[in-house]
Amino acid sequence: MDNIIGIFINSIFVGNILLAYFLGMCSFLSVSKNMETSIGLGLAVTFVLAVTTPVNWMVYHYLLAPGALSWAGLPDIDLSFLKLVTFIAVVAAIVQAVEMIIDRFSPFLYSSLGVFLPLIAVNCAILGAALFMVERDYNLIESIAYGTGSGLGWMLAIVSMAAIRKKLRYANVPEGLEGFGITMISTGLMAMAFMLFSGITM
Amino acid sequence: MRRTETKILKVIFEPIWKNNPVMIQILGICSSLAVTVQLQTAIVMAIALTLVVAFSNLAVSVMRNVIPRNIRIIAELCIVATLVIIADELLKAFMYDISKQLSVFVGLIITNCIVMGRAESFALANPPLLSFLDGIGNGVGYGSVLIAVAFIRELLGSGKLLGFDVIPRAFYLSGYENMGFMLLAPAAFIIIGLLVWLQRTLINK
Repeated sequence: MDNIIGIFINSIFVGNILLAYFLGMCSFLSVSKNMETSIGLGLAVTFVLAVTTPVNWMVYHYLLAPGALSWAGLPDIDLSFLKLVTFIAVVAAIVQAVEMIIDRFSPFLYSSLGVFLPLIAVNCAILGAALFMVERDYNLIESIAYGTGSGLGWMLAIVSMAAIRKKLRYANVPEGLEGFGITMISTGLMAMAFMLFSGITM
Repeated sequence: MRRTETKILKVIFEPIWKNNPVMIQILGICSSLAVTVQLQTAIVMAIALTLVVAFSNLAVSVMRNVIPRNIRIIAELCIVATLVIIADELLKAFMYDISKQLSVFVGLIITNCIVMGRAESFALANPPLLSFLDGIGNGVGYGSVLIAVAFIRELLGSGKLLGFDVIPRAFYLSGYENMGFMLLAPAAFIIIGLLVWLQRTLINK
């Protein structure tokens, strides 16, 4: 149990998927201009990560990993080289399905999250989390904790960035540094702040 | 003949400096920064990405009249994924240590916006040779940023370049110290920010 809480906390703060591993930067940079959309995208990413990471875990361990097909009588087959293309297909399919389900059952949620869902399919954070989950050898429960934690960490980062950029609008930034440059530098400062959590161990 | 030559040169060199994919178009930063702690991994990553962009541009461009418009994203994604898997397997076969260090970031070339972006915006509308060269140009433009960041981080962070010590011992004896901060993630963000500032100032002059 301690281990699972540890993975969860670590993936939010110290091992933040955006600030420590640079994943999901593209949508982070383009969406963090606005507070409401940042919260919406953050929620959508958290949700998709929490669902796709365990599903990809099952796909990998029951279909792709070396020896995983032994339940079908094929113990010698190693399909792990297909993991990249399978994961991205699984992510795209789940995002599509989630979009349709939300549309059917909760029009309110759809109007706030719906526009972001197609964007997420190509967000590097989603594929990155799935690949990290394989590389670090998590089990199913750990991968659920890791997926949810990474999503929350990503959301925390993008929402605080939106708040910082709101203030930055009134700042007197030198010519040439405004826009992309100052955003990267403030992200760096924020990443430094997140690293201070590295003292926390569970 | 003259016209086509200048056009080819423009396609190759524009993305390297004036229209750099990372600095100006803000594409593909996702997977780029994590491999910049050492120069060696950055160079391997730059080469892998350049080849993937170039060949995916080539393949998309060759098939651009056959791919139906509605499913072009999936078709492009399949091409890119295939190329990335080939690159990943090649790295595992011939440069095992480096592929261990690059870990998941080779795979993440698939979601790198540069690859899809160039396929969408250039290869779908241009002939194969030009698209191939556009891929090379963008890959080199991306790689040069990666290598610049890695150069600064490895030199200041561990006093080495490509794994060799370059800071003379006399410096250390007189009190110089490696900047451990450069090896941490925040340094990459800040270096990119400063490089963008430098480049924009130079271009506007």
